[in-house]
Amino acid sequence: MAVITIREALNQAMREEMRRDENVFLMGEEVAAYQGAYKVSKGLLEEFGEKRVIDSPITELGFAGLGVGAAMVGLRPVIEFMTFNFSILATDQIINSAAKMLYMSGGQYKVPIVFRGPGGSAYQVSSQHSQALESWFAHFPGVKVVMPATAADAKGLLKSAIRDDDPVIFIEQERMYGSKGEVPDEADFTIPLGVADVKREGTDATIVARSLMVPIALKAAEELEQQGISCEVVDPRTIRPLDIETIINSVKKTNRVVIAEESHPFCGVGAEISAQIMERAFDYLDAPVKRLSGVDAPMPYARNLEKLALPDVARMVAAVREVSYLD
Amino acid sequence: MTEDSTAAATATTAIETEEQDTTTTPLAAAPSELRIEHEQRQQKQREEIHALNKETLHHLLYQMVLIRRFEEKAAEAYTLGKIGGFCHLYIGQEAVAVGSISALRPDDYVITSYRDHGHAIAKGIPADEVMAELYGRAGGCSAGKGGSMHLFDRDVNYLGGHGIVGGQIPLGTGVAFASKYQGTDRATLCYFGEAAVNQGAFHESLNMAQLWKLPCVYICENNQYGMGTSLQRAMSLQNVSEKACAYDVASEFVDGMDVLAVRAATERAVARARQESLPTLLEIRTYRFMGHSMSDPGNYRTRSEIEKFQERDPIKLFRENLKTQNMLTDEENASIEARVKDEVERSAQFADSSPEPAPEELFAHVYANPIVNSEQ
Ligand SMILES: Cc1ncc(C[n+]2csc(CCOP(=O)(O)OP(=O)(O)O)c2C)c(N)n1
Ligand SMILES: [Mg+2]
Repeated sequence: MAVITIREALNQAMREEMRRDENVFLMGEEVAAYQGAYKVSKGLLEEFGEKRVIDSPITELGFAGLGVGAAMVGLRPVIEFMTFNFSILATDQIINSAAKMLYMSGGQYKVPIVFRGPGGSAYQVSSQHSQALESWFAHFPGVKVVMPATAADAKGLLKSAIRDDDPVIFIEQERMYGSKGEVPDEADFTIPLGVADVKREGTDATIVARSLMVPIALKAAEELEQQGISCEVVDPRTIRPLDIETIINSVKKTNRVVIAEESHPFCGVGAEISAQIMERAFDYLDAPVKRLSGVDAPMPYARNLEKLALPDVARMVAAVREVSYLD
Repeated sequence: MTEDSTAAATATTAIETEEQDTTTTPLAAAPSELRIEHEQRQQKQREEIHALNKETLHHLLYQMVLIRRFEEKAAEAYTLGKIGGFCHLYIGQEAVAVGSISALRPDDYVITSYRDHGHAIAKGIPADEVMAELYGRAGGCSAGKGGSMHLFDRDVNYLGGHGIVGGQIPLGTGVAFASKYQGTDRATLCYFGEAAVNQGAFHESLNMAQLWKLPCVYICENNQYGMGTSLQRAMSLQNVSEKACAYDVASEFVDGMDVLAVRAATERAVARARQESLPTLLEIRTYRFMGHSMSDPGNYRTRSEIEKFQERDPIKLFRENLKTQNMLTDEENASIEARVKDEVERSAQFADSSPEPAPEELFAHVYANPIVNSEQ
């Protein structure tokens, strides 16, 4: 198995899918000549040419809608948002067009499209450039939402997302592009959407973590092990469809759960997972579900404040100890 | 009386006062100017009639009358509670959809707004299926799940009615992008109202279309009102076709009451799309004779304004011209009316007898691919 960065894994996924299916094309700001604002699309213009790797004007609503229209009649667009912060301008096309097209056409027009790009918190770019939007998109039936946390997941899930016949929101953590991991060498390595991954097995408490929270949860689990607490780390990988079964099974085993997320807590994905655990595994809980979210305030610029705004290893350790009634 | 009698009656009862609403700016041209212009345009249509064969001319008339009668029936069904929600009628604008779509091949695409019954019928969705969709029945062209605003039919390359003002403009641009990408010469007609021109989606789309040379024909159906807001109260530069120059897009201003003028302009635009892979903006000036939707009392327009435009009813004008040019006999006209009446009656019967969608339909087609591991 090769060890590569998430950036390279995503690049490989797009390259392989573009080789496999000529209906796949990549469009977005700076994706072609500039090689991607985060260099995820490096070398794709050279290999596939201007027809299939297209620099767009700064026109998010426009090119998101263009992608949806193209998908309705047979293409498989990969639309890159320079960051998901800018996808907000395109939400009409994502939510009102992409998510609902198949349904309101009575099953006639599917929309096989991937909207991808970096999201979540970034380093010191303040409120408008550092936020997690998955709960927005995950709210709507008709879209799928994917958030990989490792290089292997990034590659396998992006390949599946491109092959999927539904609109997929694929959120890459902006701070994690350089993070490395093993990726299987098989030519056609994919990971199905909607299947969670137990990133670490344990018996005493479950941490449900996605995206940037996964490495933090794994570090917290290591520390907790030294304190005699065995943590299971479950990464849903796909927010919608959510593999609640795997989460419930873990909770039934450990009876305690912390849900970690970068996003604001209010109406967040953590709130949804918490509600589903309550509905399906109430009797198995030995302590109330604990959410460890980003704070309920916009992201500040100052380094010290920014650190305070996000869950970290120390807080995650404390949260697990709290649901274990240890402090 | 004439074919527009029902529309006129309904429209005028909706008008509460003849006094000019203080918030309504008078429309651009004074009646006398309009009349002179009208005579000139009539003369032009009479000349153009001879460029087409009788069969085509009758087909155009048939389709316009079909849409008119279909909409009248829909209005009736709406008041009986058989149709719910928003229902935007096309009465007065028939020449736009019929003229423009008559310039297409079957494999060309059409996409439009919620005011979509006319385009759907003109593109070839059977009136039965359109009416059943309005009734929310399983036999509807969108299986009863789209309703009046979301008619779709893959078989005839009809990509929908869309409910967000301007939302379909980037979509149509993308359809044209795909045609070019796939190496076909299929054209896309993308329709929207003049109020949609104020949306960013319009401007973003025209920019992309010319930048990437996309075979899309943008058709602004300028009926001069949003819901109750006239163009004058909403648009700083009211000449829509002029806006195309901001994006270096070719454009034309077209009389939307003249079905042949619409057809000819669309033919030119479609040729540009097919041969040069370039977009065109057509501003087609028209007028809706009914309210914005079935629930609109219409207090923002005067009766005299509506009557002025009804003098230029596109069906009445075309029929008169066909007669004076010896292209339509009274018998042929009567036969068209009879066939239309029959088709519309049958559509209502079909809709009435079509079953409601099965309860399982509630969750069908949320996703195209099956969901693993989930109850969602
Ligand atoms: C984004 C958005 N804003 C508002 C509405 C409500 N609305 C529906 S139709 C309409 C007027 C649109 O007028 P125009 O584009 O000229 O089309 P017409 O109805 O005249 O055919 C409005 C305001 C909407 N559907 N979408
Ligand atoms: Mg209008």
